Order: sequence, then C-alpha cells, then structure tokens
Amino acid sequence: MLNTIRQRIEDRSNQNVGLLAEFSDPGALVHAIEELRGKGYTQLDTFSPFPIHGMDRAMGLGVSPLGYMVFLGGITGGFLGFFLQWYTSDGPQLDWVDVILQGYPINISNKPLFAWESSIPVMFELTILFSALTVVGGMLALNGLPKPYNPLFFSDRFGRATDDGFFVHVSMRDRSFDRAQTAADLSDIGALAIEYVDHDGAVEVSETGEPVAADDAQAAQTPLPVLPEHSPGE
Amino acid sequence: MATTTSKSAYASLGGDGAPAYPDGTPKTLEDAPLVRGNLSFHDVTELVCHHTEKKTPIGWFIAFGVALTGVGILGLAIAYLVWNGPGVWGLTNPVFWGWAIVNFVFWVGIGHAGTLISAILFLFRQKWRTSINRAAEAMTLFAVASALLFPTFHVGRVWVIYWTLPLPNQMAMWPNFKSPLLWDVFAVSIYGTVSLLFWYVGLIPDLATVRDRAVRMGKTLRARILGFFALGWTGSNRAWRHYERAYLLLAGLATPLVLSVHSVVSFDFAVSLIPGWHTTIFPPYFVAGAIFSGFAMVVTLMVVARKVFDLENLITIDHLEKMNIIILLTGTIVGFAYITEFFMAWYSGVEYEQYQFFGVRMTGPYAWAYWTMMSCNLIFPQVFWVKKFRRSIPIMFAISITTNIGMWFERFVITVTSLHRDFLPSSWDYYSPTLWDVLLYIGSFGLFFTLFLLFLRFVPMVAIAEVKGVMPQADPHFYHHSGDGHAGGAGHVGDGDGLPHEVTPYSDEAHAEGTAPAGDAPLASGAGGPAGDADTDDPTA
Repeated sequence: MLNTIRQRIEDRSNQNVGLLAEFSDPGALVHAIEELRGKGYTQLDTFSPFPIHGMDRAMGLGVSPLGYMVFLGGITGGFLGFFLQWYTSDGPQLDWVDVILQGYPINISNKPLFAWESSIPVMFELTILFSALTVVGGMLALNGLPKPYNPLFFSDRFGRATDDGFFVHVSMRDRSFDRAQTAADLSDIGALAIEYVDHDGAVEVSETGEPVAADDAQAAQTPLPVLPEHSPGE
Repeated sequence: MATTTSKSAYASLGGDGAPAYPDGTPKTLEDAPLVRGNLSFHDVTELVCHHTEKKTPIGWFIAFGVALTGVGILGLAIAYLVWNGPGVWGLTNPVFWGWAIVNFVFWVGIGHAGTLISAILFLFRQKWRTSINRAAEAMTLFAVASALLFPTFHVGRVWVIYWTLPLPNQMAMWPNFKSPLLWDVFAVSIYGTVSLLFWYVGLIPDLATVRDRAVRMGKTLRARILGFFALGWTGSNRAWRHYERAYLLLAGLATPLVLSVHSVVSFDFAVSLIPGWHTTIFPPYFVAGAIFSGFAMVVTLMVVARKVFDLENLITIDHLEKMNIIILLTGTIVGFAYITEFFMAWYSGVEYEQYQFFGVRMTGPYAWAYWTMMSCNLIFPQVFWVKKFRRSIPIMFAISITTNIGMWFERFVITVTSLHRDFLPSSWDYYSPTLWDVLLYIGSFGLFFTLFLLFLRFVPMVAIAEVKGVMPQADPHFYHHSGDGHAGGAGHVGDGDGLPHEVTPYSDEAHAEGTAPAGDAPLASGAGGPAGDADTDDPTA
C-alpha cells in the first residue's frame, strides 16, 4: 500500500526529473530559456526568488486561466447571496422541506417581504468571499500545491532558488532530452553548474552529462556558497 | 571608473530609469531608491530572515510579557462581562452604544490601512509598498481580531452569537437581512477571511525562503514546520505565473471589499434617524478616516520596527515620507468632512441637526472630545506640508500617536455625542465609561500587540520576494546578455564592465563604502546616501 502511494507520488513528480542548471542572474536566465527553446526544448522551467519580468513570454506561457475560474466563483457567490436572502424571507413554503430549512417571512407594515436593494451588501460580500476562495484554491490547484515531495529538493544548490539563485530545469520528459547533449547545451549557454536530479538524489554533472567525481567537483565547479555573516547593509 | 560608477549607482538604483544628477541626488521622492545600502538579493534575504532565526532577544520577551499582561486583562474583563452582562459597562439610557462600538470602529479602521497598502497601492503600481505591506497586512489581521471582540461580546449572550449567522436552527428563524448590523457580520468576517488569504498567499514564497535556509542550517524540525506552511513552493516560473495572477485578482477583490466594509460600518449609524448619524456623507468619510488612522498605526509600528530590526535600508525614510503624505491627505479629507457636516446641518434647516452640531458638539458637555478630535485630526497633521517635518522621525511618531488618539475620539464624538442628546430633552443624559469598559479596551491592545510580536518573531516581516522584484537588478534588461537586443557585445559579466547602468556590483568593499544613512537623520531628504558616497569617492568634491 505505502509502496503504491510512493510510486504514485514519484510518477507525479517525474516532470521534475532532469537536468538542473544554475545561472548567474535574471538576464542570463531569460537568455538561457530563449536559447534552449531555439534548440527545440519544450519541457522547461525556471526557478527564481521572484517573478522575472518577461519570463512568461520567453517561455511561451500565456495568461493564467485563473481569471475565468474566479469569475465563475464570484457568480456562484453572488447568486448564493441572492438566493439566501430571497428564500429565507419570501421563498416558497414547501411541505417536503424540513421546517428548519424553510423560510421565515415577516410581514412588517405590509411592506414587500423581499427587496433586492437591501440585499446588495450581503450579495456583494459573498461574491467577494467566493471569488477570493476560488483565487486561492485555483492558484494552488493550477500549481499542484501543496506538493510535499519534489525531487528537486535533493539538490543542495537548489535551496538558493528562494534566495538569490537562478535555475533552469530541463525535464527528462522532453523529447529533445538527452543527458549528455542537454548538459552540453546548458554548458554552452553559460550555466555555472549543472546537476542531474532524480528520485534517488542529485549529482553534479560535467558538460558530458557524466557525474563529476567529488574531488573534481570541488575544484571545477563553483562551490556551494556559505551563508555570510549577517549585516544590516550599513 | 570606480568613481563614476559608484556615484551614479544610487541614482539608477531608483529603477524606472531615474536620471542621475550631478551630485547624485534624486530630484523627487519618486526617484529615490526603494532599497538603500547597495544590497544584493542575498542581503535582502539575510536582513529579513535573520530576525526569525536568531536567538530570541531579551527585549522581545519584555515586550511580549507586557503584551501578554494585556491579554490577561482582556480575559479578566471578558470573564466579568460575560458573567454579569453588559450592565457592567457605562451604558445607560439614552447612550446604549458606548466604548464597545467606539473601539470596534476604531480597530476596524486601523485594519483598513493594511489592505490599502497591500491591495490598492498594488493596483496603482506603487512599488514602495513592498517594504511595508507584509507588516501592514499583519496589522490588518490583528486589528480585525481585536475589532471583532467588541460586537461579539456586546450582544450580551455570547454563547448564542451564532444566531447572527444564517444557520438552520430549531427555532426555524433566520437573521434579518435588511439590517446593517447583519451586513456588518458579513462584511467584517469576510474582510477578516480575505485579509488572511491575501496575507498567506503573499507569505508562501517567503516561507519557502525561510524553509530552505532552515534546511541548509540543518534545523530539521524547523524546516518541516515551515515546509508544511510553504506547501512545497519552489519558485518555478510556471507557478509564479499563476501566483502573480492570483495576487492581482486578490488585490482587485480586496479593494472594493475594504471600501465596502467601512461603508457598511458607517451604515450602522447612517441608516438610523439620530441627528448627527443620519447623513449620506458617512461612507466616504468613514473610509477616509479609516485610511488615515490605519496609516498612522503603520507609521507608529514601522518607525519602531525598522529601528529595532535594522531594516532602515528596506523601510527607508522615503517610505515613511510617502505614508506621511497620505496621512496629510486623508487627514485633510476627514477635516473637510467635519466641516461639511456643519454646512449640511445649517443648510438642511432641521433644528435637531443644527442643535446637534452647533449646540452640542462645539460647546456641549463633550466639547472637550470634539476639540481633541479636531486638533488631532485636522490641525496637527498639517505640519506635514513641510518636507522637513515629513522626514523627521520624532515628529512623525508624535503625529501618528495624536492621529490615533484623534481618530478614537472621532468615533467617540459620533457615537456618544450624537446619542446623549437626541430629540427629546427629557431623556438626555451624560455617559461615562466604567472600569470594565477601560479594561476591555486595554485588553484589546494587549491582544493586538501579542499577535504582532509573535508575527515579528516567527514570520518574515518584510515581503522578501516582492522587495527583490522591485530592485533594479531584478530586471533582466539590467544585464548585457538578456538577449533582447539591448546588449552590445562589448562587455560580458565576466570582465567586470558588463553592467550597462554602471551600478556597482555587490562586494564587501562597495558595501562598506556605499553606505546610505537611511536612518533617522531627519534632513536626509534623499540625498544622504548619494551625497555621502560622493564625499568619500569623488576627489573633486
């Protein structure tokens, strides 16, 4: 049972198996993506500590469909707000509905039981609530979050993607993916370091896609930076 | 080369092609750099995260102890109140809305600045919001929590507070949807929910940052807890794409929401017939007042936090000046509304209205409250017309405090002064709070500061990813090889001459020399950093 679950999670994460290359800055990252797409790679992703202006265009990604989902969510909330107020004050009294779910019309000076004008605030607030919940739920769903397992986390270097590291990832699912060739391509466009990431860990590789021996790795590649002392910048 | 490079560095740090001036001084506030001190991306991470990772300072424990005492007082005040009923308050005929409602409106109003900074300034592309939005949103959440205390316990029988919600119940009854008080239930609770979502979505990338740092430091338990809340965020551009859209949508939703919330709060008053309440000016007037008081609270908190946490390069004097400009603007709008009320009372020809404003507010038994409000809200903030005062830490701190006092009194004047003398002179009475009113109010501050101190201790208090995003280095066009056709072949990064805008790349030396004293030098006027730099570097100076 546990093995099955583990297998499923790994399958889901196969997209993240592949070569991970570090670049020096956001400009280099955009440049790298343009070059790689020119070479025919499609299953690419970049990792950066902040969204990079122009990266969506460089990667050929369109506008997120989230807006349409939120529109539907908002419509649902608005209608629910309307229904709630209409049904509880002027709704049909149906026999087959349990009494606690029936409306409770109150006749005040023979005024109309229901008025849409006074229903606006609650309809509005529920529209906002449902839209906001759809925004967050939709964003998480589109991004596949929460995602507790990701082979990329095997890479020590990858931790800097949320600090000051800029990474390109070429998935092994890419049709053009070839470990040696892709490593060479990445090296050509200026990768500072390349790692092969799989479910059993991450290894640093050379331009030929072969693992770098531990001694060589230290000598040849940029070492993992040590966290410097804290300074307030003054 | 070194001289020219570092001289123009600060001018171009402002982003958006801020022009370099001969002495390196940004000409206007708009040109001033958003981040000072020539920080690298890693420096920003370090500056913010360091405070969640270091050993808890003793000062924090002292502050937390004081705040926690406030929570104890809150518990006592609530226990006594619930045991005896709201009769323990000073409420009496005809003033049945006293401090509790004043405090409710006061706290909700404070919360609004957080949403304004995070949502409305985001829609207006005000990049300076990035340094303060996290703390301001946290302030919103905690202010709403404090606000909700008051109506919740004001109902008297707090154990049936769920009657305010449309839940099927054994009485087969539903709430009265035509009442503004019920709209308040929806507006404020949904406001709290959406603010929490907004805050958490903004936090996800920063939680991932702190998580990855915990992994590298080998703190497994910490990494696991943070990993749970960071949801497996990696900073993938495919995720940023949806994330940025989500953030924009949330900002677009929170903006009308925040305007609606204080409008609905003002309906509590405006929909009734009491002279002084029954006026259509209330929704915009309340919203302006909310922004006014909220910004004052942000200034109060940030002036202290940036000093205590060494964040003066991120929350610069320019940020504070911009907030002071908003305080000046909204304070004047509020003052204008006060005067409009007098005009409308006179113009309406209704003698009750005229008596309320001309007979009671300015000269009646609560005239002291009225004049406190007038001076704190309309008169004192006018000092911010002077740039020198806008950039003076002691003055802005003092004004932020008087503003909060003034805005509390505004709600007091509206609530109590209007009620205590309405149509029928035989029912007039003077209202005074009791000890239990005061203790509950003090307790709400205890709750607010307890939550805020926990936030400062455990959560990155500045939106790291957003601040990095507005730094000039974040723009791919900043570099030669961005492949957009800008670049000449002349320099690649390797040869040290590759930065087209002549910004000093980060190094320890540059770091030490390129100091921008963004601190509390009151007259820095944006020139402190560059001017100081020119002094040290430019031989001709």
